Amino acid sequence: MPAGQTHQTDVIIIGAGPVGLFAVFELGLLNLKCHLIDVLDKPGGQCAELYPEKPIYDIPAFPVVSGQELTDNLMAQIAPFDPVFHLGQTATRFEKGDDEWTVVTDAGTRITAPVVVLAAGGGTFQPKKPPIKGIEAFESASVFYAVKHMQDFANKDLVIAGGGDSALDWCLNLQPMARSVTLVHRRPDFRAAPDSVSKMFALVEAGKMRFVQGQATGFEGEAPNLTGVNIKTPEGVEHVPADAFLAFFGLTMKMGPLEALGLEMENGLFAVDTEKFETTTPRIFAIGDICTYPGKLKLILSGFHEGALMAQQAFRYCRPGERLRFQYTTSSSELQTRLGVRDEKSKSPASISPA
Amino acid sequence: MADPKLHVTDQEGKRHTLVGISGWRVMEVIRDYGLPIKAECGGALECATCHVYVAPEWLEKLPEKSEEEEERLDDAFEVEDNSRLSCQILMSEALDGLEVTLAPGSEP
Repeated sequence: MPAGQTHQTDVIIIGAGPVGLFAVFELGLLNLKCHLIDVLDKPGGQCAELYPEKPIYDIPAFPVVSGQELTDNLMAQIAPFDPVFHLGQTATRFEKGDDEWTVVTDAGTRITAPVVVLAAGGGTFQPKKPPIKGIEAFESASVFYAVKHMQDFANKDLVIAGGGDSALDWCLNLQPMARSVTLVHRRPDFRAAPDSVSKMFALVEAGKMRFVQGQATGFEGEAPNLTGVNIKTPEGVEHVPADAFLAFFGLTMKMGPLEALGLEMENGLFAVDTEKFETTTPRIFAIGDICTYPGKLKLILSGFHEGALMAQQAFRYCRPGERLRFQYTTSSSELQTRLGVRDEKSKSPASISPA
Repeated sequence: MADPKLHVTDQEGKRHTLVGISGWRVMEVIRDYGLPIKAECGGALECATCHVYVAPEWLEKLPEKSEEEEERLDDAFEVEDNSRLSCQILMSEALDGLEVTLAPGSEP
């Protein structure tokens, strides 16, 4: 879904990890439509970003399943309900309306719905920041964790830190336009693609960029304007003049963006009741690792259960005055039609018939 | 023999003595005690947020770092010669008394 548009739906889900995805299924059975927001550029959350290949052994009925297979299966399972994904975006503001909330993202997307579900697990994936004193103060002007516009780095002295593909790719891409490029990495070996590593060393050989073995430990200059980076090397501290520092150390989950929404939290999590999984803010629910209640276990299967119960109350908010009918997918022709599995010709239930 | 002990100095400099269980990962023991360790990938060698410094006298008693662990340490900060990912060290009787310090970036 293109960013920056305005939408109206039944339920907004923050977080497209396994629990957020399965919530789409439970809500879909009740004929509620969902929009999901996730900071990652793909669904699956931790399962897709942190351990797509790691085997998981405690999903009911799956003796073993990988994080990616679990995500793919959930995506197939919720496909009949046509969820709308807003990927690569972070919810930055909640606006309270009459019996509804509007969620605004950092990309300017506005979604309005009677119900919001927080399913953001351990928080929002964000770039890891080197523990350099005062680094935040430089972030607006000279410290970066991603490259948005290459032109911003033209004719600048760049220090790029990291040993993976992002660090190497940006060395190679920015070298032709930058005034100087210094790559900083803690060891002479890199896990980046061998081809990029050879190209980088060729540039170093040709005197077109530098490689310093070490780790950035401090900044020079008056924030937010950097004038140099101090690098701890096996030989001592080396000072490298720089206008910009680019750090590529992977992603980590942070609660900061959710805390900034101003909703009531308890020890960094959202306290919920165990009947409806609603937070202390009406119409805002929390399920999965991000919620807390007596006896809470951070298991994917607990998040699935929490989503099923949440959906009941979400229905009452979304369809006031309508009767909630609890039905089974094994017997309900209505549910089977929603799932697209009903055999219309025979008009008979797909499985169990009443005794 | 009694369960192996593990000494952990947290990011604030406070030393804790934990009772480990042979076969458990050091990361799991630290997490089980509720000490501040992020360990967000749960031992899949995908995140480097269980980074610890091992006391020098223990370094040689540990199993060697795999290439994968060395590569993953590239995503940690303030990496030293005694840096290890605590999800890659299994507690055992031979490691009774192991001494580690939680590194910057391992806090939740």
